[in-house]
Amino acid sequence: MTYSPHTEADRARMLDAIGVASVDGLFDDIPSAVRAGPWSVPPPLVEQEVRAELARLAGRNRIPEVSFLGAGVYRHLIPSVVSEVISRPEFATSYTPYQPEVSQGTLQSIYEFQSLICELTGMEVATASHYDGATATAEAALMACRLTRRTRVAVSAGLNPDYRRVLETYCSGPGIEVVDVPVDLAEGGSGTTEPSSAAEALGDDVACLIVAHPNFLGQLEPMRELADAAHAAGGLFVAVVEPISLALLEPPGDYGADLVAAEGQPLGVPVSFGGPYVGLMAARMASVRQMPGRLVGATRDVNGRKGYVLTLQAREQHIRREKAASNICTNQALMALAATAYLTAVGPIGLREVAELSMTQARHLTGALVAAGLAERRFGGTYLNEVALRVPDAARRHAALAERGIVAGYPLGRSEPALHDTLLLAATEVTTDADIDRLVAELEETR
Amino acid sequence: MSVAEAPDRRDSSGRGSAFSGAAAGAEPSVVEPLIFERSRAERRAVRFPSSSEAARKRAAGQPQLPASVLRSRAPRLPEVSELDMLRHFNRLAHLNQAIDLNFYPLGSCTMKYNPKVNEWAARLPGLAESHPLDPEPLSQGSLELMWLLADLLKEVSGFGAISLQPAAGAHGELTGMLMTRAYHRANGDGERRTKVLVPDSAHGTNPATATMVGYQAVTIRSNDRGGIDLGALREALGPDVAALMITNPSTLGIFEDQIDQVLTAVRDAGAIAYMDGANLNAILGRFRPGEAGFDIMHFNLHKTFSTPHGGGGPGAGPVGVGERLEPFLPRPIPTLVEGDAEEVRANAWAGRSTPDARFVLDDDRPQSIGKVRSLYGNFGMFVRAYTYIRSNGDEGLRTISEDAVLAANYLRVRLHDAYDLPYDRLSKHEVVFSGRRQKREHGVTTLDIAKAILDRGIHPPTIYFPLIVEEALMVEPTETESLETLDHFVEIMREIAERAASDPASIKAAPTTTPVGRLDEAAAARRPDLRYAFPGETDVTPAPSAAPTPEAPTA
Repeated sequence: MTYSPHTEADRARMLDAIGVASVDGLFDDIPSAVRAGPWSVPPPLVEQEVRAELARLAGRNRIPEVSFLGAGVYRHLIPSVVSEVISRPEFATSYTPYQPEVSQGTLQSIYEFQSLICELTGMEVATASHYDGATATAEAALMACRLTRRTRVAVSAGLNPDYRRVLETYCSGPGIEVVDVPVDLAEGGSGTTEPSSAAEALGDDVACLIVAHPNFLGQLEPMRELADAAHAAGGLFVAVVEPISLALLEPPGDYGADLVAAEGQPLGVPVSFGGPYVGLMAARMASVRQMPGRLVGATRDVNGRKGYVLTLQAREQHIRREKAASNICTNQALMALAATAYLTAVGPIGLREVAELSMTQARHLTGALVAAGLAERRFGGTYLNEVALRVPDAARRHAALAERGIVAGYPLGRSEPALHDTLLLAATEVTTDADIDRLVAELEETR
Repeated sequence: MSVAEAPDRRDSSGRGSAFSGAAAGAEPSVVEPLIFERSRAERRAVRFPSSSEAARKRAAGQPQLPASVLRSRAPRLPEVSELDMLRHFNRLAHLNQAIDLNFYPLGSCTMKYNPKVNEWAARLPGLAESHPLDPEPLSQGSLELMWLLADLLKEVSGFGAISLQPAAGAHGELTGMLMTRAYHRANGDGERRTKVLVPDSAHGTNPATATMVGYQAVTIRSNDRGGIDLGALREALGPDVAALMITNPSTLGIFEDQIDQVLTAVRDAGAIAYMDGANLNAILGRFRPGEAGFDIMHFNLHKTFSTPHGGGGPGAGPVGVGERLEPFLPRPIPTLVEGDAEEVRANAWAGRSTPDARFVLDDDRPQSIGKVRSLYGNFGMFVRAYTYIRSNGDEGLRTISEDAVLAANYLRVRLHDAYDLPYDRLSKHEVVFSGRRQKREHGVTTLDIAKAILDRGIHPPTIYFPLIVEEALMVEPTETESLETLDHFVEIMREIAERAASDPASIKAAPTTTPVGRLDEAAAARRPDLRYAFPGETDVTPAPSAAPTPEAPTA
């Protein structure tokens, strides 16, 4: 089925007005040597048929009955009211607010988003959003290079390995070198970035130190000491955070972060097999003119009424072309709206409840597995809602549980061979006591 | 002054009455207060369960958070009831123009109807709740969908391989330029090839992308027919050129009618031919870039394949490549490792699953440029685009382009006497008029015309772009607008042209019916106010200025 409204009479009237005999005449400008040959595209489907096809594909997935999988993507309750807001066609079917007089809804919601991200992170300015946490992190690294005029970036091995790979790709563009700072992976070790190893990696050509908190192993990093180490070497400190954790944790602005990047997916965005998500980026006001991406600012209209516009566009590609701060064009406005609606719906008390319950359930999970003699913590130190547990024969047992519809977290051996016996298990507020009991019982059976 | 006496705030959809009454802001100069201003301490919307006694007991031995890592005060998020929150966002929604409300001929953006069955599909729990790191045996549906979509994009574009990973068109460009560089480096030619040629009609993202990859962007002028100047191109092509980035059909809405010669020249110079596929909506079934000899192209699923623009994203910008670029695609790539591809395809077309088919994410690609995004891309957009392609099918995809081109040409002939048309040729997806006559003769700029269009309930075309057209008005009607809508737009545009001559002041005063009037963009840039100032903090919103400053052109 097509969505074209035209009748044959409409088409005839238009062709007549244009003065061509048939629609083929509108394509005479395509040189005959390069005109399309036959293709192999299936026939049209009506709604009933296309629904059946999509239901078939959805049915080919098996949504686990019980899952402790996080590793950067978290299942949280998405309040119904959040889904309602982002379904509004005035938000969903508008485009980039180039005409501010008829885009105040989008513009004001982005201004509110920027304000919320500043408040969560303790920073002074936040962008209108980026593609995802990984690209926000990479763009932050490039921004640090522009700000410091240095050409290397140091990154903690505790960064999500997927982010690390995206960072590598982005840095390969302008030829920026990525330097690794190790994490203490020793049995019972800290599982964190040692400030002394960071200091070793830093030098007068390193633009920034990038550290995730909590890190990919679930561990809380000594952020203040690491920020001090970065600053001592004249570099910037980039904190990669998880937004719900900021209900409890000290905001990065307070421990000396110059730039903050984050994946905003936990804030009301479905896991949806990897996207669309929303990247968050925040900085100090002094560096705003080197920020990539869109920014919305408040101003007044001709009658003195308050309104919002895209601003500081002189940084952007459509004005600056080859001299732009980044080629980024769109943001993830609808997903940023989801985050704005989520943070509004839960409020400060609700966000704290989510963070605390997630943390309690992670401790419940750990306590139960340890008490049953099934697992032990791989590292010392502190964790939040995700924990690295040593489980003998982890890979086999993870696969065996998956066959029963239970996902026992993320096998860390996939990204770090030294952790082949370690599972990374996440809990959130949707993790029930029954889920934990089930995991304990089923893991017991795979011994 | 009470709210009821506030300046007229009808919006162009006629729903301004939503902003009167007790719910509106106390300050008459504010259309809808910020959500922070509606906050009252301890008011709640969504609540969460408490942890159980058993959970707390079993958690007891685990380490608590040390005080040193905790924040000293809670973030000042809004505290509102669920209804107050919903009304706030619904009122904001009323302030937006959108495709679902009215005609939105924003050139270069392909603002076509976004079918609702696509939304239904993207929300299916089996897809929306599929975790990207779930073990592959649990994710076969998601992987099959990505494989099938890539397969169809290959057919449509004539390319041999696809990466769905890039999150937007500009992201696809970045991917394409990184692959270009990887290709030249693999051929030992990386150091020598330092330039990327970009026509002067190109999207700003093209030169910005070239720079991000460390290339020098070199502008190639257009000829007097609006096409790329072949002489200038041949002169610029040399052993130092890595690629030509070209938008085809161009931002003038014109098909490069010497494209075969352009491609030959680029190939002979050993450079990569990159096509910006933003305007693919005009050429489905008529021109397949991969088949014609392009090496790389990015798609915009949010343009051609109808995924909603969302107020500026999310989009999706998959790239297609020919054989010589295939090894450099981002990884991983959904791949069929067990089962016959022909059979899987035939079954899917018939709505059947192939029981013994097995898909994996192939990450073993040693020459890959790496990853450009976490995980696999904007999957929700893949679901919508796949639904759209399957709904339209073979005939529907051809009809899309035929009707889109028909509509653009219809507007061209109906308006070419009212506005200047610097390149009066066959249009593809869009037609670019110039307001230079109105400016020269009546002092009415294209910005004024755009604002007058707002007062008539329609979203204006893209303005001041492409840069090579003075006072540009870039109109892309798309295939989903009825003849009545197109005729209504023609009437509006003709009426504005007449009014520009007879009563230019009325056009320059526009808009008067929108929720806010023309906004002072210069003040916004001079004193940036980018976040809410809580009580006690300094509010930096620029004060009303005595005279409105002209706006920077937007494109």
